[in-house]
Amino acid sequence: MPKDHGIGASSKRREDIRFLTGNGRYTDDINLHGQAHVAFVRSQVAHGRLKSVDTSAAAGMPGVLRVFTARDFEGVGGLPCGWQVTDRHGEVMKEPKHPVLADGKVRHVGDPIAAVVAETYEQARDAAEAVGVEIEELPAVIDMKAAVADGSVLVHEDIGTNLCYDWGFVEENKAKVDAAFDAAHHVTTLELVNNRLVPNAMEPRVAVGDFSFATGEHTLYTTSQNPHVIRLLMGAFVLGIPEHKLRVVAPDVGGGFGSKIFHYAEEAFVTFAAKALRRPVKWTCQRSESFMSDAHGRDHVTKIELALDAEGHFQAIRTETYANMGAYLSTFAPSVPTWLHGTLMAGNYRTPLIYVNVKAVFTNTVPVDAYRGAGRPEATFQLERVIDKAAREMGMDPIELRRKNFITEFPYETPVAVVYDTGDYHATMDKLVEIADLKGFEARRAESAKKGLLRGLGVNCYIEACGIAPSQLVGQLGARAGLYESATVRVNATGGVVVMTGSHSHGQGHETSFAQVISEMIGIPEDQVEIVHGDTANTPMGMGTYGSRSIAVGGSAMVKAAGKVIDKAKKIAAHLLEASEGDIELKDGKFSVAGTDKSVEWGAVTLAAYVPHNYPLDQVEPGLEETAFYDPSNFTYPAGAYACEVEVDPETGKVTICSFAATDDFGNIINPMIVDGQVHGGIAQGIGQALLENATYDEDGQLLSGSYMDYAMPRADDVPFYKVDHSCQTPCTHNPLGVKGCGEAGAIGTPPAVVNAVVDALQRAGHAHVTHLDMPLSPARVWAAINAK
Amino acid sequence: MTKVAMSVNGRAVSGEVEGRTLLVQFLREGLGLTGTHVGCDTAQCGACVVHVDGKALKACNVFALDFEGAEVTTIEGMAAPDGTLSPIQQAFQDHHGLQCGFCTPGMVMSAAALLAENPKPTEAEVREYLEGNLCRCTGYHNIVKAILAASGQEMAVAAE
Repeated sequence: MPKDHGIGASSKRREDIRFLTGNGRYTDDINLHGQAHVAFVRSQVAHGRLKSVDTSAAAGMPGVLRVFTARDFEGVGGLPCGWQVTDRHGEVMKEPKHPVLADGKVRHVGDPIAAVVAETYEQARDAAEAVGVEIEELPAVIDMKAAVADGSVLVHEDIGTNLCYDWGFVEENKAKVDAAFDAAHHVTTLELVNNRLVPNAMEPRVAVGDFSFATGEHTLYTTSQNPHVIRLLMGAFVLGIPEHKLRVVAPDVGGGFGSKIFHYAEEAFVTFAAKALRRPVKWTCQRSESFMSDAHGRDHVTKIELALDAEGHFQAIRTETYANMGAYLSTFAPSVPTWLHGTLMAGNYRTPLIYVNVKAVFTNTVPVDAYRGAGRPEATFQLERVIDKAAREMGMDPIELRRKNFITEFPYETPVAVVYDTGDYHATMDKLVEIADLKGFEARRAESAKKGLLRGLGVNCYIEACGIAPSQLVGQLGARAGLYESATVRVNATGGVVVMTGSHSHGQGHETSFAQVISEMIGIPEDQVEIVHGDTANTPMGMGTYGSRSIAVGGSAMVKAAGKVIDKAKKIAAHLLEASEGDIELKDGKFSVAGTDKSVEWGAVTLAAYVPHNYPLDQVEPGLEETAFYDPSNFTYPAGAYACEVEVDPETGKVTICSFAATDDFGNIINPMIVDGQVHGGIAQGIGQALLENATYDEDGQLLSGSYMDYAMPRADDVPFYKVDHSCQTPCTHNPLGVKGCGEAGAIGTPPAVVNAVVDALQRAGHAHVTHLDMPLSPARVWAAINAK
Repeated sequence: MTKVAMSVNGRAVSGEVEGRTLLVQFLREGLGLTGTHVGCDTAQCGACVVHVDGKALKACNVFALDFEGAEVTTIEGMAAPDGTLSPIQQAFQDHHGLQCGFCTPGMVMSAAALLAENPKPTEAEVREYLEGNLCRCTGYHNIVKAILAASGQEMAVAAE
């Protein structure tokens, strides 16, 4: 019988009611009294010198309050980068200034040049058209390898190079890795592209700035996954506002997928302008504007080599990757191709020697940063593709080759500096073989063949590192932030509980799943628990939600704070029951004395805490509220195995996903319904990357895929129903809930399954020359591959 | 500015709008009905779908002035006055057909229009009908499931 409440129950989401009835409160739904609106003038060219910005005509247009340019931001800092990578020679990365408004040069299409604030948004847009911008166009730097070749035009002349860093990991192992390749029985080499994507949360970014002359306090309402991080970065590095005078509110947020982690220029602008104009200032991003201003994702070009012995045991891995940073360093951009990518190159396998080289490159494109999975999809894709290719070259079954190399003993220290605490990769693969009915593949293939379609099967594994931590370690690796999480658990006199968490929900359902945990711990109904998040004024310092960290890190902080509350409540209960504290048990909302029938209800204890007439004042203070900070001792390591079956139409090259199955080991699960939903969404994004999506620049740096008319988002009829299974559970050993995190798995595990399946279909049909296809696998690309001589 | 009057969720409303004011702006900014969302500027995403005279319509792509005298229903008009969810809304909650909630109003309005036209759609018909509604969170799995369930075809769902 499945549970109907608490940990492990598929409790229906309480937040759904407001979203289903139109009562959600997203940032664009916030309108402050007297607010003005801003429209940005953005660069239409990828690269050029700003010769002049003439604001005079715009300033005189109806409703215009003021036109801002870089000159207004002379005393203001640039947008900071939150992670400093040190390269293989011991040099710190190149870190060019990222001004709020373009200063001297424009460096990508969409770079903001001026900002027009007017009474209405329409007036602001009309006037923005009238701002005269004179730009001396420069050649655009688009191709990464050309960007780092001698004599390339420079995106930032002051740093003297387009190479941000040249990172080697683990540098000390390089000679040993090279020697292993020299001695290898077989080497499989694959060159591939991890295509550039636009995250495309359905809610475009919005920011509303406000300033109170009465209190001197700034308030920023913004579409953010981490309001405290924005408060810290914008307050300390850009505008010089102390945190106690800056409140950041991220109310209902319509999806993030990484793109709403970062601190953006528009947030700093509205905060600055609200004080300058003595009025609230609102910015609502248009979708076409978001394509050229939201940080993009992926965009790696990689060569990977895998060395094997005669039996197929992996001997060594060597990679060289060019990672696009875009025109400026977005908040966490440098960490994505390095510490979030290199550390995952062992995958689920025993490979004794690994060397990863990453060259991060500036180009005249929108900044690139974390997008669902962030570095881990890039690692998984190259590894799982090269393994498939190696299996084919060596005449081995791709599943058996993987099984032969699985890590089976835990904890396992990889050669890329991480320690996997638990896992069972054979179990998830066994489960996959079952739920995907791999035994029935040949029969299904024969059916497809009767229709003239080429059926293929792709299988792969993945591992990810979630809940990035501990703070001390990431500090050594260059993070300029801690990566703990915090929570306050406040119990009211009548027994209801309010949890204030630094995690942020923008679709993940924290308000439900976090309440389930508290309900389980105390034994009170879930509706007695309220989860508050997203406002720096009423939640403790938090690092927010990304990297599948909410339940593993934020949930652990909440459990820790709730544990403190329960410990204190037991002292009160012991007093009320005239028993020893050590004998008090809490179960089903009732404190009882072990071995007796004496008990007191949760609500009686909480009332005593606030009405302390009969109370152990000599031992504890009145009240029942505790805060905890939790800094994990390790990452968590969700892992799994995915299978995709496709049909390829040889006449057109069109790929149809026939079935998709995913088995994930997420450790313990709080709400299976929510976890399934997270995986479904990740799979669709993975299918989108593999078949449809591509942020395309032409050689002049024009973004050709700048709207939903040109950027192919997955739609309902592009995807099938998915089979997902989470019954393989090896609980995390180092957090109190034994949870691992589930938000990114689908996006990480899916692309190689799809590409492996399409290559398999073509190989089985006799197209032996097709050993790889770069994503997205559009009909044109697949057709061309089939028909290549 | 020109006066426009229409019925929204059964209530007579009116307001002064510019010729260029979109229906979605009139609903959101003029009437404060912020449940209808704007997710794109090319009429692709469907977050703004409302019903006009019983038909689904993307409110981001039409001028408010063209709807003089029309009967408009938005997401705010879908539940019963006592707050009881309509069967489609309830199915979305029961089957976890929403995550961040931003596309949800448009999805619910499209789903309602589909079932009004075709009370027992197949899975393929549901997926095809939703071509004009983008969701980035759910992978569509539970949306399709919810719509099939709301049509009374729960058993037709092929996968869990």
